[in-house]
Amino acid sequence: MTDQIIFYALALLLIFAGSMVITVRNPVHAALFLVLAFFTSAAIWLLLEAEFLAIALVLVYVGAVMVLFLFVMMMLDINLAPLREGFARYLPVGGLVALLMMFAMGLVVGPRYFGSERFPVPARHAADYSNTKELGSVLYTDYVYPFEIAAAILLVAIVAAIALTLRRRPHIKAQKPQLQVAVRREDRIRLVKMTSEKKGSP
Amino acid sequence: MFETLHGIWQVFPEGLRLVIIILLKIVAILVPLMLCVAYLTFAERKIIGYIQARIGPNRVGPRGWLQPIADVCKLLLKEITIPSGANRFLFLLAPILAIAPAFAAWAVIPFDDVKVLSNINAGLLYILALTSLGIYGVIIAGWASNSKYAFLGSMRSAAQIVSYEIAMGFALVGVLMAARSLNLQDIVLAQQGNVLHWFWLPLLPLFVVYFVSGVAETNRAPFDVAEGESEIVAGFHVEYAGMTFAIFFLAEYANMILISILASVFFLGGWLSPLEGLPASLFEVPIMGTLLGPGMHWLFLKTSIFLFLFIWLRATFPRYRYDQIMRLGWKVFIPITILWLVVIGVLIMAAVPPWFN
Amino acid sequence: MQAIKNYLKSLLLWELIQGLRVTGRHLFRRKITVQYPEEKTPLSPRFRGLHALRRYPNGEERCIACKLCEAVCPAVAITIESEEREDGTRRTTRYDIDLTKCIFCGFCEESCPVDSIVETRIFEYHGEARGDLLMTKERLLEVGDLMEQEIAKDRAADAMYR
Repeated sequence: MTDQIIFYALALLLIFAGSMVITVRNPVHAALFLVLAFFTSAAIWLLLEAEFLAIALVLVYVGAVMVLFLFVMMMLDINLAPLREGFARYLPVGGLVALLMMFAMGLVVGPRYFGSERFPVPARHAADYSNTKELGSVLYTDYVYPFEIAAAILLVAIVAAIALTLRRRPHIKAQKPQLQVAVRREDRIRLVKMTSEKKGSP
Repeated sequence: MFETLHGIWQVFPEGLRLVIIILLKIVAILVPLMLCVAYLTFAERKIIGYIQARIGPNRVGPRGWLQPIADVCKLLLKEITIPSGANRFLFLLAPILAIAPAFAAWAVIPFDDVKVLSNINAGLLYILALTSLGIYGVIIAGWASNSKYAFLGSMRSAAQIVSYEIAMGFALVGVLMAARSLNLQDIVLAQQGNVLHWFWLPLLPLFVVYFVSGVAETNRAPFDVAEGESEIVAGFHVEYAGMTFAIFFLAEYANMILISILASVFFLGGWLSPLEGLPASLFEVPIMGTLLGPGMHWLFLKTSIFLFLFIWLRATFPRYRYDQIMRLGWKVFIPITILWLVVIGVLIMAAVPPWFN
Repeated sequence: MQAIKNYLKSLLLWELIQGLRVTGRHLFRRKITVQYPEEKTPLSPRFRGLHALRRYPNGEERCIACKLCEAVCPAVAITIESEEREDGTRRTTRYDIDLTKCIFCGFCEESCPVDSIVETRIFEYHGEARGDLLMTKERLLEVGDLMEQEIAKDRAADAMYR
């Protein structure tokens, strides 16, 4: 009973946040509503005892991805008027595409395959059940190849992203902190011993 | 008296009673925490004063002990100003977003072998997730103030926090590898033994990286470019005054305490006593036994050592330049942590005593 | 070899630890704070604080309205108006120093041919109302009467260096 109340409250909040993301005018507000949507979906996952997934969602999407999103969005000065031009002209095509997508999604995730009568009610796990451990053991046994391939693709993507920005720019006058940090006193100062001069000597 | 109280207690339904007990536990953690924050500011001013051959605040109350109370009163009574071009709602939301994660993370800290608010399995992940949320307060504060200085400050601190979070996360991966658990209580128990069994020794580079990243993460000196007075006034909270400013202040110091207590849980054995391994008869002496044995006091002692280090660092080092901060985070700390993860893997596979047998 | 040594040094935070040692030592040094209202640092006889106008021992004011101080004042803080008195001497009718403009350079004191305008050791004055920091001739003379002993002593102590 309490579970259901919490679930429906969270679900309503999630739907509200999701619809605000696409309707609200200010892009920064939209991003913040997206954060709220991530949070509520993480909470719904927690209800399913999937704490690893829930926390990973918060950690990765809210803690890193959305921060960078906001970072960029706040620096942009988006002029919304041109973006809204021709809304009526594109509406029929856009609506058609949206309907098609809804139809396709309905076919795949409709009640035929994902209806609630198709799945047994999940059993409550004991208190010492660790979602993290279960996920880990599945990932590293049954799905080890897909997992490793995904990891390799991610690595390639990281290397590619770095390689794209790491072009040589010979005439740039940026400082090189590694050289500055490596400076020692002996490189810069020479202590000279001198006898003090006598007063009155030329 | 007790009978009637018990009777009233029984009237509440089961669920409500649980909620009340949890709320009381939260209060029991947060109220001392707030007091600690208040007196940490006092300790900081005193210690920095002493290091600079001054004596620090000593006018309010005996030896200045009431200084933090006076500060709180002053900040409470000050007017909260909202800049005319600011986004009102987000401007007031930002301090709350800054302090909420700093407090929420305390839910999983084990103070004792039984005293922990929520002994969840994925405690370490929870900590990582919550410490990464602290940036929102900073970013939103900077943007909502509609001020160039605040915005620049928030951009700096956001970029810095995101960078150092990676190194911090890797350092904690080392901890979870060594403890073979994400549960904070298990991590403490995995360090049982004497001082040499604690994780600071096998994870020494990660320990240093974790603490330095923690300093950077809380925007404390020498990584406090986010509030570089000379160039951007005070960073993301320039436009805040009175209580809203005080909440940012509170969040910064609560984060400091959090980082310190986490460092002692992960690397210095949390509430374990450093004297473990001495003959058992010593721990059976009435008062001395409890003092020497494991308990909350050891955790607080270790935490205060780290807090002192925070302040000591602030009194010693000049501010890093921004590109040097980025270089340190990305080009030094991340490679070191990744390298040491491999070393730990080898140590675990070789079952090196006394840590991994 | 040197490169490896430097690398190890930076990795072991050698220089940072040295810095921490210095500040750590200072933590236990004797504190040099002067607890101001109870303790005060000694002041030099040449100290330049609040201004005063002096009188001769017979009660006659020294100022002869030569306006040298007004001319030399770099902050234009001094305003003087003068008139002939019944006995035929030239005296000031108005002698104002705007303390909010004054930079306490001491030039007025240096320029004065009769040692009339001087700067005393008073530095803890304040104003509570508008105009409190605008010293008029009466108030300057009052300060001079009050502090005459100390002023005379300070001039005497400094006389051998002039």
